Amino acid sequence: MVRGTNVYGILRAPRAPRTEALVLSAPCSEGNNNNQAVGLLLGLAQYFRSQIHWAKDIIFLVNEHDLIGMQAWLEGYHHTNTTGGDWSPLQGRGGSIQAALSLELSSDVITSLDLVLEGLNGQLPNLDLANLFYAFCQKIGVLCTIQGKLQRNDWDTTSGYSHAAQTMMLMVLKQASGRPWGDHGLFLRYHIEAASIRGINSFRQYKTDTTTIGRLLEGMYRKLNNLLERLHQSYFFYLMPSLSRFVSIGYYMPAFGLLAVILLLRALDLWVQLGASPPGTEDGVAGGVQPSSPGVLSILTPVVISHMTGVALYTLPILSQEMAVQHFPVSETEAVVLTAIAIYTAGLALPHNTHRLLQGEGTEEGWRVLKLVALLYLAVLLGCTALINFSLGFILALSLVPIAAFITPHTPKALSAAIMVLLSPGCTLLYCVFLFQELQETPVSLQDGWMLFLSVISQGILDHALYGSLVYPLLALLIYPCWLLLWNILFWK
Amino acid sequence: MAAPLTLLLVVAVTIRAVLFRSSLAELIPERVEVVSPLNAWKRVVEGLALLDLGVSPYAGDVFHETPLIIYFFHFVIDYAEIVFMMADALTAVALYLAVKDYNKTVFRKQKYALEAERYPLDCLELIRTPKEMYYIPLKVAMFYLLNPFTILSCVAKSTCGLNNAVIALFILCTVKGSSLMSAIFLALATYQSIYPLTLFAPALLYLLQRLYIPVNWQRSSFWLFTTQYAFMYLGSLCVMVCLSFFLLSSWDFLSSVYGFILSVPDLTPNIGLFWYFFAEMFEHFRLFFICVFQINVFFYTIPLSIKLKEHPVFLIFMQIAIISIFKSYPTVGDIALYMAFLPAWNHLYRFLRNIFLVSVVLLACSALFPVLWHLWIYAGSANSNFYYAITLLFNVAQILLVSDYFYAYLRREHHLTHGLYLKRKDGSEATLVLK
Repeated sequence: MVRGTNVYGILRAPRAPRTEALVLSAPCSEGNNNNQAVGLLLGLAQYFRSQIHWAKDIIFLVNEHDLIGMQAWLEGYHHTNTTGGDWSPLQGRGGSIQAALSLELSSDVITSLDLVLEGLNGQLPNLDLANLFYAFCQKIGVLCTIQGKLQRNDWDTTSGYSHAAQTMMLMVLKQASGRPWGDHGLFLRYHIEAASIRGINSFRQYKTDTTTIGRLLEGMYRKLNNLLERLHQSYFFYLMPSLSRFVSIGYYMPAFGLLAVILLLRALDLWVQLGASPPGTEDGVAGGVQPSSPGVLSILTPVVISHMTGVALYTLPILSQEMAVQHFPVSETEAVVLTAIAIYTAGLALPHNTHRLLQGEGTEEGWRVLKLVALLYLAVLLGCTALINFSLGFILALSLVPIAAFITPHTPKALSAAIMVLLSPGCTLLYCVFLFQELQETPVSLQDGWMLFLSVISQGILDHALYGSLVYPLLALLIYPCWLLLWNILFWK
Repeated sequence: MAAPLTLLLVVAVTIRAVLFRSSLAELIPERVEVVSPLNAWKRVVEGLALLDLGVSPYAGDVFHETPLIIYFFHFVIDYAEIVFMMADALTAVALYLAVKDYNKTVFRKQKYALEAERYPLDCLELIRTPKEMYYIPLKVAMFYLLNPFTILSCVAKSTCGLNNAVIALFILCTVKGSSLMSAIFLALATYQSIYPLTLFAPALLYLLQRLYIPVNWQRSSFWLFTTQYAFMYLGSLCVMVCLSFFLLSSWDFLSSVYGFILSVPDLTPNIGLFWYFFAEMFEHFRLFFICVFQINVFFYTIPLSIKLKEHPVFLIFMQIAIISIFKSYPTVGDIALYMAFLPAWNHLYRFLRNIFLVSVVLLACSALFPVLWHLWIYAGSANSNFYYAITLLFNVAQILLVSDYFYAYLRREHHLTHGLYLKRKDGSEATLVLK
């Protein structure tokens, strides 16, 4: 049970109706993590109070427990209750929030400001906000970075290109995780454009002091103050290889589209091979009396069992947490994660047990129909995922499309089984963890990487419970059963 | 066949009961694909509340269902969930019995045609056998009860389920040959929403066929029966309208129900084609386009009746499909009704050309509807164009499905009269093209 208090103050616009607001927030983290931001916030508040040109109310917010406090404040402000948290009603409100910035400063002098854009479920603020911030930083003369990397000018050389590619890969990995990477991530769900600004103090000679940061923030807020409408003119779906370049959805979606087309072509090929397969298998569900098509039950069984395993993977780790802590010497987090991994691995044993349940053998036609259903299911699932969170959809497509296209019961079993396990969603997550650490220039050993992987799983489950992140339910309830269907096809007898 | 049907009903009722008690029961009635301003449960409750306060339920432009529905729910409001589950069960049983009777008729006609040697020798593989037709009624009931669209519509407590029940009972009475009951149920269906008016023609054709009255303009027996049926139908309709007047003591319901359906004032997005057009249209042209869109529903009746006058049950299927696609406020419950008929046309499978594409598009669109709604309304990253694109694609896929079945049906009839392997005049193999 987590309890906390948020503190906020509203600077009312002196001569305007109180219909719109801007938010400046500083998370009150533990220890020395964010010890300068609140000071700057209060200084800015005092300075803003003496100015008369504000047309929107400005809300200064200090939230406890970072994201949890922010979620509670936003739910209290908008009177929603998406995550089941309990909050006391807010005494004062300021109208609809147009934009928000979250400030993280750990030292009073900085060398650069890092802009963090990725929000919950991979949602990004409007590109206009990022461009606005970068342009203003350049004008003031403060160094601005993205993903912690400074952008280079030699973007047409190989090393410049690889630097930009690394920056973009970092953004892809961060977006795919579905976590909010700053307090701003929770604003995006309420259609409020928000970004986080993090001060970085590295070993550089030229340092910027707090006054300049204050002027920067004042300039940003004056720009946001002058907005006549919400920021919506620029792209909402983009990837940034550097702060001055972006890849829009029109460029990166065809790449994903081509991957999805592979699945559809393979499905078409199977349909033509089948000739006279039963149509409309997506309508009639449940075992009825069907003597004329003996294949239906043998196809339905793997589908139902895979989905039940997915449901088990989703619900059991949390439900059996109590029991696991009592019987085994592990902490609660470890119990949840290890249960999840146990169920995941137990799913690998399924085909051998399913075939004991079914009487008779599956036919040649049987696995073709099952593969057709699995391919179409995977194609629609990946398409929907890519629309909501492109990076997640793309990474899953990269690992699942090759195995989905090539797996048949006739490929060499040992090799195919090894490849399937290596490309399963769990292992993809493991590779992503290692890749992420590599790209951040803090490579980890296998041992540390494994511990990091376990903490990523627990964080995913926690994010789903706390903020409604969709990555864990998607992987457990939909992607994993799909992978299990393909595993069933591999071991079809 | 009673035991499998009972098992099916038990399974269907269990699924619906489980969903009614789960957390999805609050989410589903909010979805615009499942409920429309005409048949949302929220609006029925609102109308009942207004009625209890003594105000006309049609005041305030919230409630758009007919007075008979509001009085029906006035008495059974506490058992609403059971009412909707029973409506679904009733629809399934009615469709089961109707298709069973229809299969008997088909088989009898086929037997007479075989004895009269009207089929060419090489199309014997197109003849339907009792073994193949034995499980079709059960499959029809299964396709209706276990269709995710029907389950969603039932859990949302949309009155579309009641409309489907009335239409299914109408089909049952028509197939059994009782013209009075058929007229009464058709009048009730028309009274609920105007579009089943177009089902008058196929019902008339079926009853004429059953009584061996040829469809000939000069024959007096034809006109006699038509007048009888029309009189019964219009009489029942008048009785229902007048009864509604006496229930509520005002004619408000005419403009609130029928005026609402015909003039489409509410432009909430749904899976139909009207909302986007009328959202961006200038007022000056609105009447013209309303007329064009509404005529589109009624327009296909006469040509289809002429082409399919020997096959009225297929005409009923096509007409229900056209109503579900082109009506002003369609929901997935309407689609579920015509999809229930698809197992009855299983024998057409070999002539269907686009079934793979249509199934994939329908599946993908059903999955994309909630995703694009979320991106438009909640994330703000998309806009109405994306949602309407999926709506258009969904409706195009449905139209393709219906026209594909139409092609397959006509092609089979052609083969039955001209032989399966067609030869041109010089003996080479010919292909069939639908002009």
